[in-house]
Amino acid sequence: MAVSETKPRDAADIETRVRAADYLIRRHYYRWPEALPWLIAIACYFVFPDRMTFGSQLLVMVIFALSLDLILGYAGIVTLGHAAFFGIGAYTVALGFLRLGWSEPISGILVGGLVAGGVGAVVGWFILRYRGLTLLMLTIAFAAMLQESGNLRSDITGGYDGLPGLSFTPLFGFFDYDLYGHTTYLYALAALAVIFYFVRRIVYSPFGQALTGIRENVRRMHAIGSPVHRRLVTVYAISAALAGVAGALFTQTNAYVTLTVFDFDNSAKVMVMLILGGTGRLYGPFIGATVYMVLEDYFSKLSPTFWQLGIGLLLVLAVLFTRRGLLGLLEDAGALLNKRKNP
Amino acid sequence: MSHVATIVVSILFDGLAYAMFLFITSVGLSVTMGLMGFVNLAHGAFAMCGGFFVVTLTRSLGVAFVPSLVIASVAVGVISVPFERYLYRRLYKSTDLEQVLLTIGLAFMSIATFTYFYGPIPKSVPLPDWLKGDVNLGFRAFPSYRAFLIVLGVALIAVLWYAFEKTNIGAKIRAAVDNRRMAESVGINVDLLFTLTFAVGSGLAALGGALAIQLFGLTPSFAVLYLVLFLIVVAVGGLGSLKGTLLAALVIGIIDTGGKYAFPVAGNLFIYAITVIVLLIKPAGFYGRE
Repeated sequence: MAVSETKPRDAADIETRVRAADYLIRRHYYRWPEALPWLIAIACYFVFPDRMTFGSQLLVMVIFALSLDLILGYAGIVTLGHAAFFGIGAYTVALGFLRLGWSEPISGILVGGLVAGGVGAVVGWFILRYRGLTLLMLTIAFAAMLQESGNLRSDITGGYDGLPGLSFTPLFGFFDYDLYGHTTYLYALAALAVIFYFVRRIVYSPFGQALTGIRENVRRMHAIGSPVHRRLVTVYAISAALAGVAGALFTQTNAYVTLTVFDFDNSAKVMVMLILGGTGRLYGPFIGATVYMVLEDYFSKLSPTFWQLGIGLLLVLAVLFTRRGLLGLLEDAGALLNKRKNP
Repeated sequence: MSHVATIVVSILFDGLAYAMFLFITSVGLSVTMGLMGFVNLAHGAFAMCGGFFVVTLTRSLGVAFVPSLVIASVAVGVISVPFERYLYRRLYKSTDLEQVLLTIGLAFMSIATFTYFYGPIPKSVPLPDWLKGDVNLGFRAFPSYRAFLIVLGVALIAVLWYAFEKTNIGAKIRAAVDNRRMAESVGINVDLLFTLTFAVGSGLAALGGALAIQLFGLTPSFAVLYLVLFLIVVAVGGLGSLKGTLLAALVIGIIDTGGKYAFPVAGNLFIYAITVIVLLIKPAGFYGRE
């Protein structure tokens, strides 16, 4: 009797595990609609050939927002100092060129990412024991300290006047940068594609699942023996490295960098973009950054005051009515339509 | 007096005045955050609002400086009540992130609104004669305005300390900070208590904002520019602790003044360094609960 009791439970247990594994693998499959943002990005190259500089900046912000999504959306780490790593990447490339004459762009962004990631690992190890306001303040203070230190040694960093006159060698020694930013746009798009593939792998891996678990319920993750702190530090370092890559690309596309990259505004801006698009979803940063940058480009020309009022109002409304961003709204609309079709 | 002593005395004096400004502005934030765990990034906006009220009262309506300080504080305290009742209240149980977003959204909106009405150029206020110039304390002269700031700060600390430690309402607030559920179950109306402390805290922030005009000048971006400073005082002092907020304000005010005197180019580096060191050692601040 005892045997017959345990057997079906084992079978059920195995079935549950298989179904869970199946679910994880199925989520990882690419679906057709996922091609859409990439097709649009390529189409923009042909439709708006004269807006490619703006396009490159947009793609840089998508990468930056994607890096924040990894820690904020998936691991639930609230930070208002992510600009620190963006700035580290940006200055690594700029100083690498000015001090060492390092002008090869692709190795430049790799080094920028590595340096930012290394700093992220060390800082993360210290600050990720804390949560709530303490963590928030530590992230703000770290970014602010970098900015003040940069200002202290403005002989090296150029201070708020910045470091102009950066130039980089052609991509693969062949594709030179043109005045209209066509090469830069494709370069940034390629970088985004590589980073997106990487982030997608992380998110759907068991590691990504563990991060979501930490976001949803830290205590339970501790209780089942998950190495919470180590996982948080790992993802923080990865996210910092990606933010560093975004910063490095920023310097390369603008050929210019100032200490304002470390601004609190920069950290807040990328968070707003992410929230607008939707956190914890891979395409949220695409939509958020695009909507934000296009609106900003349009409205801040009309009136910067109204733009600020609008973005504030947008944030308040987003928190009160749609907690899952624009993508969440789209999903809700989709679900409503489906319900109407097959009630 | 020797040269070094003169410098030390002026640093202490200016640092003390600065600390009083920090304390007055941040104390409300500390108590409300301690009560509800609500991350209120719009606190600086209430301070900025108070500053502009005083500008309008003194410049356009011809009210004297000190009465307009009182009027502005009360007005902002009253204005803050509907914000708490209808907006903040919905998010007490939400995540930090949602609170941060809502309140930073409000801060942006307030900056835009005040820029529309007052423009981005720094404003100043006309001071009465007794606040201009220096006051002689026997051994040397000090700027009157800073002396006024210190006297006002000490008086407010005394009043707040009495209200917090000796009155019935103060005891209720302390009970609610310690253990909200327990306080509610013994019949304390924590919601009402919170609205009250929120209003008083915002009113004090408005007073701080108005007092800051003479120190830093006032632009609409004050709401975000000095916000980080208030948050630092609150985090370093410990949420909901009067003593902690005062100690943090003193430490930050004096060390920052001294640091800026010794290394003017370092800017706010000292403040951030202190913050990081204190929070790494005592994550809940000087007098916060771990």
